[in-house]
Amino acid sequence: MLESYIPIFMMLGAAALFGLVMVKLNEWLGPRRPSAEKLSTYESGMEPVRTARERFSIKFYMVAVLFIIFDIEVVFLYPWAVAFNELGMMGFVTMFVFILILLVGYFYVWRKGALEWD
Amino acid sequence: MIELESYLLLSAITFVIGVIGVLTRRNAIIVFMSIELMLNSVNLTLVAFSAFLGDPTGQMLVFFVMTVAAAEAAVGLAIIIALFRNKQTLNIDEINILKW
Amino acid sequence: MNKFNVLDLWYSSPLVTLVVTGLVLLVLEGFRRKSQRMAFGVSAAGIIIAIGLTIVTYGENQPAFNNTFLQGTFGSFFSFVFLAAGLLSLILSREYLERLNIHRTEYYALVIFAIVGMMLMASAIDLVVLFLGVELMSLCLYVLAGFMRTRVTSNESALKYFLLGAFVTGFLLYGIALLYGTTGTTNLVTIGKNFEAYSGNAVFLLGVGMVMMGLSFKIAAAPFHLWAPDVYEGAPTSVTGFMSTAAKAAAFAAFITVFLRTFEFAGTKVSEILAILAAVSMMIGNIAAIAQNNVKRMLAYSSVAHAGYMLTGIAAGNEEGQIGIMFYLAAYVFMNLGAFSIVSLVEGQNDTRLSFDDYSGLSKQQPLLAALMSVFMFSLAGIPPLAGFFGKYYVFLAAVKADLTWLAILGVLTSLISVYYYLRLVVLMYFRDGEAQVAAKPSLGTIVAISLAAFLVLQLGLYPSLVVNIARGGF
Repeated sequence: MLESYIPIFMMLGAAALFGLVMVKLNEWLGPRRPSAEKLSTYESGMEPVRTARERFSIKFYMVAVLFIIFDIEVVFLYPWAVAFNELGMMGFVTMFVFILILLVGYFYVWRKGALEWD
Repeated sequence: MIELESYLLLSAITFVIGVIGVLTRRNAIIVFMSIELMLNSVNLTLVAFSAFLGDPTGQMLVFFVMTVAAAEAAVGLAIIIALFRNKQTLNIDEINILKW
Repeated sequence: MNKFNVLDLWYSSPLVTLVVTGLVLLVLEGFRRKSQRMAFGVSAAGIIIAIGLTIVTYGENQPAFNNTFLQGTFGSFFSFVFLAAGLLSLILSREYLERLNIHRTEYYALVIFAIVGMMLMASAIDLVVLFLGVELMSLCLYVLAGFMRTRVTSNESALKYFLLGAFVTGFLLYGIALLYGTTGTTNLVTIGKNFEAYSGNAVFLLGVGMVMMGLSFKIAAAPFHLWAPDVYEGAPTSVTGFMSTAAKAAAFAAFITVFLRTFEFAGTKVSEILAILAAVSMMIGNIAAIAQNNVKRMLAYSSVAHAGYMLTGIAAGNEEGQIGIMFYLAAYVFMNLGAFSIVSLVEGQNDTRLSFDDYSGLSKQQPLLAALMSVFMFSLAGIPPLAGFFGKYYVFLAAVKADLTWLAILGVLTSLISVYYYLRLVVLMYFRDGEAQVAAKPSLGTIVAISLAAFLVLQLGLYPSLVVNIARGGF
């Protein structure tokens, strides 16, 4: 039982050692010329505007919640797609009904104006 | 091959961590995250049993638990936001107009 | 592998009707603002059609949807109770919602979907469906409890209900996972058939314990009742009425399905634990109710006590116990819904006029309402010949038959305590001078609906065999 973990521990040890060596080697060999630009937070090339510790607009929250709901429903599509051939017509109709119910929810959200940004 | 017991032990431990989180933390959001941890440890149990028994019901239940957890997250966050707007706090010790 | 059968839709037609009704409500709200008046009509029509279909498909004993759903006498009976409670509560809550400015279409949609969840709970013969039913109902109730968005008490009530409810859901689910792991199936019929083989298994019993805990929370039995007083007090009164009746009935339906129809624990340690839960609920509920000064809180503790009485029937573990609980729930739904509707009529804006003193002298200004409230209070106290008396009579009788005489005696003694706080309200209404008044003049429809509830309470008390026979499976 425990022996089967030995390769994992060896792997972990090797990975830690390799990472440490690389970082130290870089520090030792590389030139160090810091500037204000280089020390600032990396923002995919954009210049950072303000601190990140701020309150967000409530609009983001709405989008996030709607995203959770509609995103997670897709989870049912995967097993359905895998077994699609065996399920036949009935499976198709069932999923159609499921999507229809989702669409009703989407319609409600849309008409209520939850999708509008402004 | 990792045995069934290992999975069950891991999920039991994460479940207990979740329970302790709910009982000791005072921020509503963190309490809620602990509850999610509990649900996910149950998912692990279900998947482990499902693989062990060679029966897909458990995995199917996991899908349902995931969707239910998502719906719960949406409802829970909405309730927390509504309370925060009126009360400006998330500390459950301060949420005490109604006596426990 | 079982194929999908179109007949399944017929067996579950009340459920399908309600789902369609709920979706129509959402579309309706999408198309036009101010759709509340129409929403009431649509949901009432949907519920009435569903009641009709429940009667037509009554006792349909064919498992549907891959052996996960069975209407049967049991499911039909409870569907009927939920639908009746839902309809009555919608009629009674309309004016209250208008008065508090929270009359929205979503309210109706949420109530409808909650009823769908309850019906799933009562008709489930599979743990997966049972779990989905519990969650569908609970999610709707969380939102309903916080429906009054601008009021802090309502927010708090929703948050407490949600956090504790979700916490307990974790336990319920873990229990289900353990049951699945030890039995290899989630089908309750299969588990019930092979029950002997598992009953000694420690993991199985752990799962049973966790499921018991989860469901005890939903029925608000002590010591898992801590949420009930706060949630009942903070939620809008119409929601509290619905929650304390239909949701409790649904949770008991699930309790019966798991602990009476599937497991056979009568006479074992498990039924002893259930008996202790029942005893603790009766004592804590009744004693705490005495100390309350807020009528909603008093009714909340009284609902804990009633959960204890009903649990007596489950602890007894016999057929009489099940029938007794079913009768008790049918009676309880009407008496408690009626009581809460009168509380909602007296209640003012912003949680005012909810204390006992606000009822002193109500009989002078509103003789009819005071009389109706007295009927509900007498029935809750279990005074013959009202329905509440026979509910208690049946479950205590079942307990005596199952050698739980001590529990039955405790039940009678705690009922005597409860007479004090129920009658206190009646005494205040009739024999104390005060300025009690209703917040707004109730419409004729409301009066008729409350009177109907009172009439049913009387009727069930005079002819209890009517409901008992339906619960047994014949008309």
